Amino acid sequence: MTVDYEVQEMLPEPHEFHELELNMGPQHPSTHGVLRLLLTLDSEVILKAQPHIGYLHRSFEKFAEGMTYTQFLPYTDRLDYVSAITNEFGYCLAAEKLAGIEVPRRAQYLRVIAAELQRIASHLLFVATFGNDLAAVTVFLYGFRDRERVIDILDSLSGQRLTYHYLRLGGVMADAVPGLDRKVLDLVDYLIPRLDELDELFTNNVIFRRRTENVGILTAEQALDFGVSGPNLRGSGVAWDVRKADPYSSYQDFEFDVPTGRQGDCFDRYAVRIEEMRQSLRILKQAVEGLPEGEIRTKVSRNLKPPAGEAYAHVEGARGDVGFFLISDGSTNPYRLKIRGPSFIHTMALETILKGWKIADVIAVLGSIDIVLGEVDR
Amino acid sequence: MTDLFQRLWGHFFGPKVSLVLAYLTDAVAILVFILLTVMFLIWLERKVAARFQNRLGPMRVGRPHGWLQSVADVLKLLLKEDVIPTKADRWVFTLAPIVVVVPAILIWVCIPFSRNLVAKDLNIGIFYIISLASLGVLGIIMGGWAANNKYTLIGGLRSAAQMISYEIPLVLSVVAVVVLAGTMDMNGLVARQAPYRWFVFWVPVGPLAFLIYLTAAVAETNRVPFDLPEAESELVSGFHTEYSGMKFGFFFLAEFTNMFAVSAIATTLFLGGWLGPGNLGPLWFLIKTYAIVFFIMWLRWTLPRVRGDQLMKLAWKVLLPSSLVVLFLASVMVAVGFGGARG
Repeated sequence: MTVDYEVQEMLPEPHEFHELELNMGPQHPSTHGVLRLLLTLDSEVILKAQPHIGYLHRSFEKFAEGMTYTQFLPYTDRLDYVSAITNEFGYCLAAEKLAGIEVPRRAQYLRVIAAELQRIASHLLFVATFGNDLAAVTVFLYGFRDRERVIDILDSLSGQRLTYHYLRLGGVMADAVPGLDRKVLDLVDYLIPRLDELDELFTNNVIFRRRTENVGILTAEQALDFGVSGPNLRGSGVAWDVRKADPYSSYQDFEFDVPTGRQGDCFDRYAVRIEEMRQSLRILKQAVEGLPEGEIRTKVSRNLKPPAGEAYAHVEGARGDVGFFLISDGSTNPYRLKIRGPSFIHTMALETILKGWKIADVIAVLGSIDIVLGEVDR
Repeated sequence: MTDLFQRLWGHFFGPKVSLVLAYLTDAVAILVFILLTVMFLIWLERKVAARFQNRLGPMRVGRPHGWLQSVADVLKLLLKEDVIPTKADRWVFTLAPIVVVVPAILIWVCIPFSRNLVAKDLNIGIFYIISLASLGVLGIIMGGWAANNKYTLIGGLRSAAQMISYEIPLVLSVVAVVVLAGTMDMNGLVARQAPYRWFVFWVPVGPLAFLIYLTAAVAETNRVPFDLPEAESELVSGFHTEYSGMKFGFFFLAEFTNMFAVSAIATTLFLGGWLGPGNLGPLWFLIKTYAIVFFIMWLRWTLPRVRGDQLMKLAWKVLLPSSLVVLFLASVMVAVGFGGARG
């Protein structure tokens, strides 16, 4: 057996007790998909945690080179399947930038509505699974119940419930259904009391606080070094949001706050997401009330041939900064596509966060960091 | 109970034979009662959980409200393949579920459903119950060790640490009541609470001891928020990860029997057992017991799980000192003339 000397150096001090190596995953009830964590334990304390990935690799980046720009769009839904719209959003922006396509304002607003609905749905799923990981099974079912409402609206927009394919190059697939504003406003009225109820049941629960506060701390410097983004970065106290830092698709029209945490522990990462849902509801309200009239789509040729060149566009996904880098050689297919999946980066940060905590904390950290393996492996 | 059965059998057999037959009848009656109760409790738990979570729970097997669901589950467990992992220690692996289930059932010998409805009213009843209850943990360690799996090993060790830690405050809170009552006889304990001087009302010892007992009992029975030994999100399924079929069923049976037993003991010690208006002994006993069972289920479907070190901190830094204080207070109460042994 060959010895990897670099890995050898990273091992902790030789320990006087026998260390236990524990494979957590890929088949394990709480690794959220097919993540495999190789834990080196001293009784229940983690000396080392190595994430092993690749169980869901589907080589989407390579696929993109073999199909047209339009054909690749539904594949982006399957990256982070919990937050499909934001992936489409990033890819559309990159392709439109490359080809120089202008998107009508109404379509921009509809995209914002879809993306914010998606963010809420994704965060509700986060709350649900986080609760389940900490054995609060009731929270799990409440989360799914509320997510259903959001998905119903997305369903009425796109006809799908998980992989929507609602955004198209140059606009969106279909116009707002009649009564969309009513549905969205009803959702706002429904969800705000539900979020308060969640605070009562879960957020302010003593046991929950003890499990998550001061646990699994990711400092702002560490987060920035790793390139962590999204709610995890804001949980560490850095107020950076693509929607504010690099506004796209009329986000500058909307008023919303960027919530931040204090120290980057599990609770901060959770609380930031809860507050983000409230902010998303604010954006939704403004978007449906100010929805402009007009076209929903610019005509784009099915065999789109963007001029040779490259373009990068990124959006604030539910999990962080989702980026798409496209290179065109002037033909109908992309020459190369690179996807920046925030979950991948967050998975890599796990090793640093987990060191020194207990097995029970692995679950809290994994839950709070909210990764989707479809995006990690691509 | 034994006397009654002995008299019944006495019509057909001699006195010695009928005594043996009476004990056998007791055993069968207890077993049948426990099995039926556990099946009902499993169904109840699922229904209660469903209510808490805006669902319906089992609805299909048996109408109305899926009352046959547990029967179907038991049949499924009986028909399942019984897998023993190749690397497991076969003997210990097979013995473990039995070691868990037998004490859980033996406890019921001493629990009074009413003045006469008790299999054997030992004069050290509560002592007998407590000592048997502490045997169950052996089976859990055996199961965790024998399966030869890291998850089960950690689950077994956690369980040992937890159950031993929580047994101390549990026993101390029971001892406080025994000091107040001046007897260890289960029926005697109930009699001391007649008619409405239930121990839970004996301020300050009663309510404090009740609280300590309930907390420790939830931990003893490995239920949320103290269900670390089988924390499914961490340890897959804890000590019984590798068990299948009826061996798994035995662990499940023991778990629900224990939950019902700790509730029954709480009823007897603190809530006046079968006492209540009218001559309805067993009915009052069951009502009170099910109230506590419901409370334990309520906790499970509301709270998240605590972490191991927090669990230990609670046991050793909060429950143990306060149970010692309660025991001291109980002694003081007896010394100044409340309670204590009669005559």
